[in-house]
Amino acid sequence: MPVPILKQGDILIASIQSALSDRELVELRDSFSDQIGRFRSRGVVVDVTALDVLDSFATRTLRGIAHTARLRGATAVVVGIQPEVAFAMVQLGLSLEGVETALDLEEGMALLNGAGTADDDRAR
Amino acid sequence: MTIVPGELHVPIEGEADIVTARQKGRELAADIGFSSTEQTIVALAISEIARNIVSYAQCGEITFARVDDGVRRGLLVVARDRGPGIPDIDLAMRDGYSTARSLGIGLPGAKRVMDEFDIQSEPDQGTTVTMKKWLP
Repeated sequence: MPVPILKQGDILIASIQSALSDRELVELRDSFSDQIGRFRSRGVVVDVTALDVLDSFATRTLRGIAHTARLRGATAVVVGIQPEVAFAMVQLGLSLEGVETALDLEEGMALLNGAGTADDDRAR
Repeated sequence: MTIVPGELHVPIEGEADIVTARQKGRELAADIGFSSTEQTIVALAISEIARNIVSYAQCGEITFARVDDGVRRGLLVVARDRGPGIPDIDLAMRDGYSTARSLGIGLPGAKRVMDEFDIQSEPDQGTTVTMKKWLP
């Protein structure tokens, strides 16, 4: 099942709800690239909270999403990497170097809106 | 070391089976008593060796079993394919080496996170990866 992409202002949000096959991940990358142009989006958020594993292919595709977004004039943020998923990635030697990350959707949106963190927002 | 009866076989025939393999492996790891973090690490290692089958041999099979060496209990994962084989295992096990479109981190990464890791490969006969994780 393809991942639905929601549009909120000039930000695109993809919330991954279940384990994705390689093909679905690649489709997500391609639809982001297409929709950034169609909606003139500045930012994309990929919410991976529901994913219980990020392997080398998923990591590489997320980097692909981020780099493609950058080339299309937008910024991508990966949000919601779970603690054990992060730990396993580190153990295996996988990284998301060059990719913006944030704790959750709220922090990711704050990052894209140039507001620093959601905590800064609340303090204001 | 004894293999506890009740092995689980997962055929790997396409990339969708990678997800199935790591889910089955995680379920068994949970049954054996591995922590959530260890289950995730095992699932990640399985994902990498399953992907290796899809990338290089197209199809194969992963077998999961409980093992017991009298002192410790653990999980055994065996990935078999009848693909072209790996011409230079030392090279394939080097971080950053890849002939397919990957980061070249899969096999060495899996070896790093499992307690035991063995790879046997014969040209045109296929490749067998055997790995174990013991309960701490």
